Amino acid sequence: MPNLNQFNRRDFIKAAGAASVAGSTLGLTACAGGASKARGHVVVVGGGYGGTTVAKYLRMWSDRGIDVTLVERNANFVSCPISNLVVAGYKGLDDITVSYEGLKTHWGVRVIKDEVTAVDTAKRTVTLAQGGTLSYDRLVLSPGVDFQWDQVPALNNADAQGKILHAWKAGPQTVALRKQLEDMKDGGVFAISIPKAPYRCPPGPYERASVVAAYLKAKKPKSKVLILDANEEVISKKALFMKAWDDLYKGIVEYRPNSQLTDVDVAGKTALLEFDKVKADVLNVIPPQRTGEIAAKAGLKLINNRWVDINWLTMESTNTPGVHVLGDAIFPAPTMPKSGHMANQHAKVAAAAIINLQSGQEPNPEPVVMNTCYSFVAEKSVIHVASVHRYDAEKKQPMPVAGAGGVSAARNELEAKIALGWAKNIWADMLT
Amino acid sequence: MIRSSHRRALALIAAAALAGASGSALAKDPNLGRNLAATCANCHGTNGQAVPGSGLDALAGTPRDKLLQKLNDFKTGVKPATIMHQISKGYTDEQLGLIADYFAAQK
Repeated sequence: MPNLNQFNRRDFIKAAGAASVAGSTLGLTACAGGASKARGHVVVVGGGYGGTTVAKYLRMWSDRGIDVTLVERNANFVSCPISNLVVAGYKGLDDITVSYEGLKTHWGVRVIKDEVTAVDTAKRTVTLAQGGTLSYDRLVLSPGVDFQWDQVPALNNADAQGKILHAWKAGPQTVALRKQLEDMKDGGVFAISIPKAPYRCPPGPYERASVVAAYLKAKKPKSKVLILDANEEVISKKALFMKAWDDLYKGIVEYRPNSQLTDVDVAGKTALLEFDKVKADVLNVIPPQRTGEIAAKAGLKLINNRWVDINWLTMESTNTPGVHVLGDAIFPAPTMPKSGHMANQHAKVAAAAIINLQSGQEPNPEPVVMNTCYSFVAEKSVIHVASVHRYDAEKKQPMPVAGAGGVSAARNELEAKIALGWAKNIWADMLT
Repeated sequence: MIRSSHRRALALIAAAALAGASGSALAKDPNLGRNLAATCANCHGTNGQAVPGSGLDALAGTPRDKLLQKLNDFKTGVKPATIMHQISKGYTDEQLGLIADYFAAQK
């Protein structure tokens, strides 16, 4: 193991902080040009949309004064956005995979391929699965979601999870679901089960149903796509999705609201609903989700025992200052989606706040975040939803700006190009 | 150890100094423009440097007045757009000005 102690600068920070506080009472003018350079060691857990962005922006905005260690269990970043195009056969896994190399070589982020198994918030250390601990001044958890397998009991084992796929974390599951669709006979049924909101990527399941329908229409036109939605209606871009299904996939896509999954018959590829059973040839179950387990293990306050409660000015846990949480894992502000784009925006709020706090300044009192989400309804046809969220000092959380945001006027080809351009730019914004 | 009360006291002193200088009662974060501009980076690249060939506009180095005019045209609906008419409405005129300042200063 490399020497991890060199990254523990907490004692140094304490000394420097005390000195600057003492000095400030003597000479305010000396501070007027700006606070001292932010220093310290930040450990980031999770190399997805939130974790990579905060790692890069901490380095960039602190003028490399803050040391950053990113712990990620996968060798490369694999994007969930655009992964439905892999499921549909329009893209390969390589097209949505980006190396962590740029974070290392360009930004000087220390990237450790490992998993954090425990957090000691009193000692400010994390334990790594492969052994050893890391000390931190501040911790950023961007752990994404874990699945609540107890709510789909038959899938609560690795063997079943290898047969009835979620493909809701991009990687091997994405490729495996593609394979199942390729192996499906013409005339087969692809059924997708959607959990009750909130879950990761609200429009994602409807996008998947659409592009799988596009693939089947072209290659296996006797097949069907059955959407089993636990929600009472399509929860994102409803009119645009329903119009696409009606215009493009009539007789192929069938939408069933209020279809909560209670369990699965794995061998029979059958979805068990409250009052019905639905047999499929390819059954794709997106299970209910909660924060990545590490946040719960760390003792952070959860809301509804699912999502982390945070302070929106700093993205810090409300019961554990010094631990910042990003992305899908947090209890969302009103109308705020769990999206990669939003996790990237959370990360920038956190990076700015951490740098301020590490140099003795208050966090920005008026953060703004925004979301853009493109969904493919066919290989070259896209619809978007956008929103802007401004911090409301009275409500102590970001609120959607009235009159801003909205959806595409109609599905269109131009936004199919823009969506792929969005991916290139956000991946670069995170990783290079 | 930097106690939060000390931190707050420091911030108040700094805020008072700033208010004296600018006449504003609200303590602005000195990096507000940078932070706001970063909300654009997902599509337009870090510091406005969009990936070449991505088809999205690079904003770095755009003259302030030109960019602000464009943003205002999106906001008022004068200039047609796929999405920017919806996004620009989420920012105040002052915020758009800070964003234009920031990108104009990027190389």
